[in-house]
Amino acid sequence: MRAHPRRDELAFALLLVAFALLSLWQTLAIPVSPIYARVGPTVFPWVASVGLLVFSLVLLWQAWRGGFPGVDRQKAVDWRSLGWVGAGLAANAVLITTLGFVFAAVALFACTARGFGSRRPVRDALIGLGVGLAAFLGFARLLGVNMGAGILEGLL
Amino acid sequence: METLALLAGGFATALSAQNLLFAFAGCFLGTAVGVLPGIGPALTVALLLPITFKVPAASAFILFAGVYYGAMYGGSTTSILLNTPGESATIITALEGFQMAKQGRAGPALATAAIGSFVAGTIATVALTFFAPIVVELALKLGPAEYFSLMVIAFVAVSAVLGSSAVRGLTMLFLGLVFGIVGVDLQTGQPRFTFGLIELLDGIEVTIVAVGLFAVAETLHLASRHRYGEDQLLPLSGSLWLTREDFSRSWKAWLRGALIGFPFGAIPAGGAELPTFFSYYIERKLAGRPEEFGRGAIEGVAGPEAANNASAAGVLMPMLTLGLPTSVTAAIMLSAFQSYGIQPGPLLFQTQGDLVWSMIASLYIGNAMLLVLNLPLIGLWVRVLRIPRPQLYGGILVFATIGAYGVANSVIDLAVMYAVGLMGMLMKRYDFPVAPVVLGMILGPLAEQSFRQAMTISQGDVTTFVTRPISATFLALAAALVLAPPVLRAYAVSRARA
Repeated sequence: MRAHPRRDELAFALLLVAFALLSLWQTLAIPVSPIYARVGPTVFPWVASVGLLVFSLVLLWQAWRGGFPGVDRQKAVDWRSLGWVGAGLAANAVLITTLGFVFAAVALFACTARGFGSRRPVRDALIGLGVGLAAFLGFARLLGVNMGAGILEGLL
Repeated sequence: METLALLAGGFATALSAQNLLFAFAGCFLGTAVGVLPGIGPALTVALLLPITFKVPAASAFILFAGVYYGAMYGGSTTSILLNTPGESATIITALEGFQMAKQGRAGPALATAAIGSFVAGTIATVALTFFAPIVVELALKLGPAEYFSLMVIAFVAVSAVLGSSAVRGLTMLFLGLVFGIVGVDLQTGQPRFTFGLIELLDGIEVTIVAVGLFAVAETLHLASRHRYGEDQLLPLSGSLWLTREDFSRSWKAWLRGALIGFPFGAIPAGGAELPTFFSYYIERKLAGRPEEFGRGAIEGVAGPEAANNASAAGVLMPMLTLGLPTSVTAAIMLSAFQSYGIQPGPLLFQTQGDLVWSMIASLYIGNAMLLVLNLPLIGLWVRVLRIPRPQLYGGILVFATIGAYGVANSVIDLAVMYAVGLMGMLMKRYDFPVAPVVLGMILGPLAEQSFRQAMTISQGDVTTFVTRPISATFLALAAALVLAPPVLRAYAVSRARA
């Protein structure tokens, strides 16, 4: 019955284990005042961290023994598509503090559309401009969400 | 009769021009996000949370309730025409509904789904109206120990019972609990899990996690498998009117669905998937022509759709009476209560009676609006479904940005959202459920509070949770929920071998 470990699932389980250890370390870092010694601020963090650690170790073991039960081997990632979307997200984060939300939205929109197979970047950028402006006006003006400063934002 | 007077008062508020507009906007938005794959009511309510700074609480909750109900209606359209259930509660609808659509009977499938949703939604709202005050009476007798144990049931049900794997569900629950701990501990003022960052002192914003887990994760996940093609949209076909035969086959399924759905939603073990599976199973058992199931039996759409909507109303019961959300959308609505400084719980009906009753009244109104929105206007939603994927996901990410960046104009928040999105993408890839993360994060701090209150009352004696009878019963139920499935399975295996 012993099947080969699945490398990608092992990596995901390891990520969760690392997260649990990080959480344990932070639990230890919480200073406890003696007044609250019995039901202090550390009880729940302990429960959550140890629980996460235990279950992520079970997952690690499952991945080692041939994969998470009931999960099919995953198809290879479409890196080109994912890359475009990732580039869009990165551009968004960089541009939003410099040029402002609307231009960041244009870049994000065009890159994401490209990632999903669109071949008309100029048209996408224009649609993105429309979506960004509509979203900005709707949220910033109607709902009062502060979307930060920017070139267009100052004019609207 | 007191209830009716209170409900009438609720209608008086809900029928004001402004609130009708909010109800309509909610239903409209809700249907749209229900129809669109990849975004759902939880994400929409999370994005709309800033509205809580602008409008009175009653209006905001009328809007949220409309979104919540609307998404239930819209989800069925996607299941029937596209065979991609927008959310887990409509998986069953896709089974028979898509088959009907392939045979050119999309119209009757959509009609029985919409009318069934209306009938069941209304029945369930009536049940909510009359049962909620009774539950409140009982809930007022519960102390912190009982509350904590009740939350344990909710945790266990959402993570271990629903979903495909208890291990994966519980892992995600604990991850959510860890997220919920980040920030200043309210009782001692200690910062916890903040890594010394000022930005983390207030905790992780629910909106950021919800948007990351739903919008960003879904987009990344679909991009990562883009080259494997997408689903095909079936045309709207067949009359939208039910024939006499369709109707006579549907109405009993609607009523049965409502009866199954409401209690399932109302118990804190919630979830809308289970009742739909259950309803489908019963309809198949009771059907005059069971051989039609799997090939487009209308009962298989009518029953589960009714069950799904009835359980949506049912979920509001523990939410409003106990302050205990059992679905992701309800959990995000709970954080909206918190943002108004309203403490959800049994006292809500006394302290915020007008708010609660106008929200319940708006459910009746919303159901009627949604029937109109979803039958005569079905053509509109089919066009929404036709939005090409590249532009749809581009738009979704732009709105996601607002959700994260709008909180404090901080690129750190944006980065947290991306990280959560990446995590969510991996979760989708390996079939990890999302609901336990959100529920753990929102309900975790409340559970901790109840736990510590109970411990303070008992002067540090942990046995208080098992010596108080109601609390012990709740914990036993929770244990049964975890242990029963594997034990039953082992029993079945050993019998099969014997």
